[in-house]
Amino acid sequence: MSFWNSTYAVFRREFEGYFATPLAYVFIVIFLLAMGSFTFYFGQFYETGRAELDVFFGFHPWLYLFLIPAISMRLWAEEQKSGTIELLLTLPISVAAAVIGKFFAAWAFAGVALFLTFPMWVSVNYLGSPDNGVIFASYIGSLLMAGGYLAIGSCLSALTNNQVIAFVVTVVVCFMFTISGHDLVLGFFQSWAPLTLVDAVSSFSFLTHFAAIMKGVIDLRDLVFFGSLISLFLFINVIVVDQKRAG
Amino acid sequence: MIEIEGLVRRFGSLTAVGGISLRVAKGEVLGFLGPNGAGKSTTMKMITGFLAPSEGRISVCGHDVVEEPFEAQCAIGYLPEGAPAYPDMTPEQFLQFIAQVRGLKDDAAKQAIQTAAARTGLQAVLDQRIDTLSKGFKRRVGLAQAILHNPPVLIMDEPTDGLDPNQKHAVRNLIRAMSPEKAIIISTHILEEVDAVCTRAVIIDRGRVVADGTPAQLLAKSPSRRLDDVFRDLTTPDAEIKAEATS
Repeated sequence: MSFWNSTYAVFRREFEGYFATPLAYVFIVIFLLAMGSFTFYFGQFYETGRAELDVFFGFHPWLYLFLIPAISMRLWAEEQKSGTIELLLTLPISVAAAVIGKFFAAWAFAGVALFLTFPMWVSVNYLGSPDNGVIFASYIGSLLMAGGYLAIGSCLSALTNNQVIAFVVTVVVCFMFTISGHDLVLGFFQSWAPLTLVDAVSSFSFLTHFAAIMKGVIDLRDLVFFGSLISLFLFINVIVVDQKRAG
Repeated sequence: MIEIEGLVRRFGSLTAVGGISLRVAKGEVLGFLGPNGAGKSTTMKMITGFLAPSEGRISVCGHDVVEEPFEAQCAIGYLPEGAPAYPDMTPEQFLQFIAQVRGLKDDAAKQAIQTAAARTGLQAVLDQRIDTLSKGFKRRVGLAQAILHNPPVLIMDEPTDGLDPNQKHAVRNLIRAMSPEKAIIISTHILEEVDAVCTRAVIIDRGRVVADGTPAQLLAKSPSRRLDDVFRDLTTPDAEIKAEATS
């Protein structure tokens, strides 16, 4: 049994699992409604009169903050609650394969929801002539950011068998990662901390990295940031699940 | 085929399994008997690689469970306590997932699913979601999953729990039919089951083996020749454990 074969088996089961329950449909509908209403009402998409999707993407980090933990909370907490974790871990599957399979299933699901916002892109092209390169980059950035939130959520979900706890803790941790580049937080550090520390805190911010990508440039640094953040949290996730054997 | 030596498992200060050594050969059906909390399930969880032993060694078909978990887990079919399964799947989808993980492809997978479903009497409910099934059917889904890849070693934690008398009879027949080519361990509370299917019985009390022999040998231990009496004589009732703990 190869590693990727079992990863794929877990991925498929998990991905189909989203659509076997109303969860997927409820999530997608709410995701799209929220994206739409934020952009049109709060973002005043029409009133600004500019052919760009900056307002639309500007809301992504904040919507993800609450919606992504709703996807990730069940990843491990549910398995532990229902006892299926015992089944999963006694099948000839490595823990890493299970962690990666589940993560990619959740990420692919988030990707589907994000993809379904394409009418926004179509409309803005109909209304004017936006910079499609910038919009494409922003989509990639948004997807990467969703992956970051999901990796954090997956890891935290493994620490509890209670989905509500997984959700709340994930929101809090993701919030810290989101705003660590905000003046509010940096101001707190700037008064006393050395500049390198302020920079370090700031560099962990999803907002900073996402804003950089939203300018239309997919910088290697931002890719490395999200890539290593995802890898780090999935690595911890494997350790957490593995620890349950020793428990 | 199963060799256990000096198996110990501690949870904090509690010793759940306190030095069990066993050998189970091909063709044997070993019945694990013992009061609740005696260490039956914990032992099974260690054999199947879900829990790591604190001390001792387990080998399944020549593969050490800790060192070569993959090879060992490939050789094992396991029905965990309570027969956990993914509630949002149908038995068909669930068995397909197990087949994929077990490395069975296309025709081999289809064939294996058909055989397992037929042996456990699942054909009528293959397309019904698992969470809508009765307790008896859920248990049989767990059984089908365990025997799907025709493993040389079968570990079943209370395989007949929650079944009606007809279903119990059918499952016992199934176990007997499979027994010549396999090494099987079942745990049970039902003493008559030992007589019905087991070639050998082990009584476990407080993490230790207190009796090991054929059902006939165990019966000989009591003047009344009743297994209930043997069981009561050899194991400790809850009241005594409590008294000991407080003294």
